[in-house]
Amino acid sequence: MPYASNLQKLFDNKDFVITSEVSSPDASTHSTLIERLDHLKHSCDAINATDASGAHCHMSSMAASKIMIDQGIEPILQISCRDRNRIAIQGDVIGAHALGIRNILCLTGDGVETGDHPEAKAVFDLDSITLLQTISHIKNTGTFLSGRKLENQPDLFLGAASNPFAPPFDFRPFRLQKKIEAGCQFIQTQYCFDIPRLKSFMETARDLGLDKQCHILVGVGPLKSAATAEWITKNVPGVVIPDETIGLLRRTPKESQIQEGKKICIDIINQVRSIEGIAGVHIMAYLLDHLVPEIVSESILDKEVKSRKSGN
Amino acid sequence: MQTARLRLLEISYEISRSILHRLKPVFRQNRVTSTVFIGIETVTKKPLFNCKMCGQCILHSTGMVCPMNCPKNLRNGPCGGVRQNGNCEIQPTMKCVWVRAWDQSKKMRNHQKDIYTIQKPLDRRLTGTSAWLNDIHSSTR
Repeated sequence: MPYASNLQKLFDNKDFVITSEVSSPDASTHSTLIERLDHLKHSCDAINATDASGAHCHMSSMAASKIMIDQGIEPILQISCRDRNRIAIQGDVIGAHALGIRNILCLTGDGVETGDHPEAKAVFDLDSITLLQTISHIKNTGTFLSGRKLENQPDLFLGAASNPFAPPFDFRPFRLQKKIEAGCQFIQTQYCFDIPRLKSFMETARDLGLDKQCHILVGVGPLKSAATAEWITKNVPGVVIPDETIGLLRRTPKESQIQEGKKICIDIINQVRSIEGIAGVHIMAYLLDHLVPEIVSESILDKEVKSRKSGN
Repeated sequence: MQTARLRLLEISYEISRSILHRLKPVFRQNRVTSTVFIGIETVTKKPLFNCKMCGQCILHSTGMVCPMNCPKNLRNGPCGGVRQNGNCEIQPTMKCVWVRAWDQSKKMRNHQKDIYTIQKPLDRRLTGTSAWLNDIHSSTR
């Protein structure tokens, strides 16, 4: 079977996949991005290029993806529905394919109110599910939504996000089912700090057979300090950090909190690894990119990466 | 919303839809009928559902909660930003439209499963037009 991307092939080989993401720099040159990528590239199978994450302006995900390709890194292009309508998005999709981008992550996007330009117009012409549907349409029919024909049929591997940790909890697996129906082939979840919640989400997902139709990557990441954890809980909608985790960090001396945060992350990875139906992890280390290689090498993921590199 | 009130809304929806479809030949899509329908929909759906007149009503598949009240206009389910208390990430004092929609759709009698249907992208040309006329004349896709 021909694969749209190497990432898709890894999933099909039943490898435990590791993805990460790079925050696009506030720069009109390559250097900062390449510096951040250097930390990640040897530990991850593919890296997300974020699309104005948190509704803040940064270098575009398309440009960052192309820079990754030039560096020999496999990108996952994030497309959010907040800033572009269906005309712009469809143009971007075929443009991305022309640049060699094969993995696309379809997101609704954060509201403009959460970003640094709250006065901007929020577009939301599509949502994550109709975005998946739109790109699947292009992919499967070789035509735009309007029916106008393209010269070729782009070959793409489509992903989306899922948040098992936000209400309404019992609807979340069904929303994932809708995404799969719309063409989603892999998902990355929001940060997981709550293993029991993830387990109950996975139970329903397995009952619905979703883990067989879609590759599920669990979002994980290191917390820098107790203060960071508290700030995230208060300010980042959808990320839930249990009080016990925050308490554990608070009881740790300030200078070693970052190490404790890393340990918590590794511990979560090791627990996630044993849950049936999980295809890998997505490591989000916002501005802590340098910790990613350590997280991978100090967790049981190390074995995965080494076996893959040696071709076993 | 109480189950009895929800049931009443569901029944009203079913009856009015069936009557409208039967009267299709009477209600041509011209300026007079459109104005009358828009008027009726405005005075009924606005106070009941805070209707935004998208012209493509799917209330029966969202537990009779208008999804256009979601600040992101999501018509296929909640975003990942819903707060732990079930409120909206953008308007922290408002209950998430989809938390309500999910709760209420479970209480519907004949349209319980409609929440699983994928809604296509909105046709923005229909904004401000009569959803009922669009429905009987199938302007919605």
